[in-house]
Amino acid sequence: MRFIAFLVSLGATIGLIYVLNHPLGPAPALGRFFDPYSGFWQNAENTSHYHDIDLQLPGLHDKVEVYFDDRLVPHIFAQNDEDLFFMQGYITARNRLWQMEVQTHSAAGRVSEIAGEKALAKDRLSRRIGLGYGAENSKAFIEKDAQSNDLVRAYCAGVNAYIKSLSPKDYPLEYKLLGYAPEEWTPLKVALLLKNMANMLSVYEFDIENTNFVSKFGADQFHYIYPERDSFTDYIIPRGTPWAFAGDSAPAAPEALPAGQKVSNVDRDLYESYDRAIEKPQELNGSNNWAVSGSKTKSGKPLLCNDPHLQLNLPSIWYEMHLSSPTMNAYGATLPGAPCVISGWNDSIAWGVTNGGRDVRDWFTVQFKDDTHNEYLLDSQWVKTEKRIEHYKVKGGKDFTDTVLYTRFGPIVFDQSYGDVKSRKYLSLKWTAHTGSNEFKTFYLLNKGHNYDNYLDALNNYSCPTQNFVFASRSGDIAIKEQGTHPLTHEFVADGSTSASDWHRVIPNEHNPMVKNPERGFVSSANQFPVDETYPYPVSHVGIYENPRAMRINHLLSDSQKMDVAYMQRMQRDNYNMIASLTLPTLLRVIDRSKLTADETEAISALEHWDYYDNADSKATVYYEAWTDVLYPLLWDEMGDPTLPMRKPNTYRTAYFLRDDSTSAFYDNLQTGERETREMLVLMSFDKAMKQLKEKYGSLDKVKDWGTYKATMVHHLSPQLDAFSRMNVYCGGNRGIINATSHDHGPSWRMIVDFGDMKGYCLYPGGESGNPGSKFYDNMVDSWAKGDYYTAKFEPKAQLDRDKLYKITFNK
Amino acid sequence: MKLLFPILAIAIVSAVVQNFAPWWSIAIVAFIISYLLRLKPGLAFLAAFLGVFILWAGVAARLDFGNDHILSTRIATLFPLKGNYWLLLLLTGVVGGLVSGLAGLSGALLRK
Repeated sequence: MRFIAFLVSLGATIGLIYVLNHPLGPAPALGRFFDPYSGFWQNAENTSHYHDIDLQLPGLHDKVEVYFDDRLVPHIFAQNDEDLFFMQGYITARNRLWQMEVQTHSAAGRVSEIAGEKALAKDRLSRRIGLGYGAENSKAFIEKDAQSNDLVRAYCAGVNAYIKSLSPKDYPLEYKLLGYAPEEWTPLKVALLLKNMANMLSVYEFDIENTNFVSKFGADQFHYIYPERDSFTDYIIPRGTPWAFAGDSAPAAPEALPAGQKVSNVDRDLYESYDRAIEKPQELNGSNNWAVSGSKTKSGKPLLCNDPHLQLNLPSIWYEMHLSSPTMNAYGATLPGAPCVISGWNDSIAWGVTNGGRDVRDWFTVQFKDDTHNEYLLDSQWVKTEKRIEHYKVKGGKDFTDTVLYTRFGPIVFDQSYGDVKSRKYLSLKWTAHTGSNEFKTFYLLNKGHNYDNYLDALNNYSCPTQNFVFASRSGDIAIKEQGTHPLTHEFVADGSTSASDWHRVIPNEHNPMVKNPERGFVSSANQFPVDETYPYPVSHVGIYENPRAMRINHLLSDSQKMDVAYMQRMQRDNYNMIASLTLPTLLRVIDRSKLTADETEAISALEHWDYYDNADSKATVYYEAWTDVLYPLLWDEMGDPTLPMRKPNTYRTAYFLRDDSTSAFYDNLQTGERETREMLVLMSFDKAMKQLKEKYGSLDKVKDWGTYKATMVHHLSPQLDAFSRMNVYCGGNRGIINATSHDHGPSWRMIVDFGDMKGYCLYPGGESGNPGSKFYDNMVDSWAKGDYYTAKFEPKAQLDRDKLYKITFNK
Repeated sequence: MKLLFPILAIAIVSAVVQNFAPWWSIAIVAFIISYLLRLKPGLAFLAAFLGVFILWAGVAARLDFGNDHILSTRIATLFPLKGNYWLLLLLTGVVGGLVSGLAGLSGALLRK
């Protein structure tokens, strides 16, 4: 009897251990996870005890000292560049390892290795649009440049030295939760990070949408709804700036519209797949940068500012660092996983970036001979297809193999195996991101740059995604250049059966738009149209550029003469909603007030008294946003058919459309039997919006203020780990304004550099540590919400030694 | 005293072993100690449970208080325990304690 009891008890013990040693559904293996000696408790960092550390690190050539300041920003002092970039890799991995890896897994189409079957479709898309292919090309390209190759290898060696020092108990928390281990860091991963950026920021192309629009509404409506230029735009390069070149010939004639092209049912399958899978550019992404010449500053020296707007994430997309060696001394935002400072300054110059939004990719129709897909039609001949076999490991499932067809015009994204396209007429994607390029060289040369010539030289290496590089030097120069590889691309789906459709002309780097020391005393960019009509190349335009933010920036910069850091900070925090100031007067003019209830009239009255500032305590902003959130989709409902994707005009175009056009057929709502007018649509949307607010809050006078309504949040990178996000961050701001803080997008890095006293001011919505168990994980979020800047400790070693939290000395 | 000694023995030996062995080594420790000390089954379970409960919850609490509950509050939101770190510490102790307790019971039953 006793022995049976023993067996039962032993069985229960072993059974319990087995269960606790294996993941349960989405939960980690609970025994391992809760074990305080190796599980998550080990990631609970002590919040008060810091002490200096001495470490031996094979792989270094000399001693390296790293000072961590009171925000945990690392200040690396190395004796040579190789050690410097080695240590950049090591220290970044020490704080951001999981994030680095998950971002490259995403670009490489490898998320299903961690998340299983549910991530496979997205992984296949990443590979079928050619991100991995492009990264391989970039890796090979970087290897050809000895200097860049050394730099990237040193960085990777540093990351790997850190990974090797880890035992499972030291792994970042997310590895423990998701049950896997970090792998070796490679130059390919560095290249993948750039392609990840390209995928986020260089997808400004609407070939399919444009083609569909023209086939449905005709060419006249196309030009009307998406005008190329307007008289209000404040271009990046000020009007009338002379070009220092003639262009390689006369500008190309505008592309002929695809007259009479009909969309068949076969195409509709394709378009539906496209619409479902392809993420179109985020209107919420954007950025500001500007530089003010000494002639307009209090100190007489330039000021430079930058704030890129991206999705708000934890761990933060940027990692603040100070990199110092005998040949360089750079400070600013780095991209975890890649060497150098991306947006920052050194002792002589400062630079920052905004997105260029140029069209750098095209879709081509490609016809295959038969279902083997071995040949496709080009110039009346059958040409051999290249096939790239993609292998996927799927966690908890079977491995998967995919064949991607490559043509002269890039990979076929949707076909019979992916997207259920029934015909053999597919679309291929040609994209500058497929080409090998070495953007790091640009940042490396900027990090070491001394003057304007070094800046221009650095930019010549930069290809994708297109960025507006703002520049200022201590010696007094300011400049801005829109840099990227810009082929003359198509605006519509192109004919892939003829080589004549290929990109035969690429704008030379020297001809990219730029201006140095303009008369007005400042340069700026905010994702607006780059050039006036005198620029000797065509610039694709369809509804991409937002101009009001730039109008506001330039207004504030023109208005003031003796600018200082405090003024720059006020500008970056500016909540003035220029689009609302263009839109609301029209709405208030045409709405029929006799149809409103008493509480609705009060809301209208609040809107009439609104100063157009999207401050956190504004209620009028809530009424306005709720109203236009209903109005825009109702107005542009003609473009809502998923089998016929089209581009809805942006809020800027819509403002003028509402003001100037009282009779357009687009006002009609397709859901109703009658024919709506502008006036009816404005009233209908207001009515509906107020009803929604009443439902949400009980009554209109109980509506919460904008900061509460907007409920800004900073998401953890893994959608399953929302417990690690910061929710309901109370702040002002809005999309389309200088302080572009919306629900989950916003200024991901704010930087102000003052050459008067050589100081930098920084702020970002997160913290230096990627560990949710660290007090430095999200410690800057509240300061960021208030716009309270930190002064960067861009200081010599002796001063840092006094200011430090702790220091690590690495010996070889 | 009858209970205190085995509790301490299991906690201390587990603490030493856990520095180099995987988490389930606590089961082997409890099994052997219960066997060697000729504990009665009920007592063995209780002593082994409490020994590792105190060890795990104690080590976790030391880390947690040094961390100002930053991590435990987040984990207790994820799991979900409404962000209550006391519950998370309790759960930690129970997970380890149950494994150890059952192993201790097994060790005692083998002796009889």
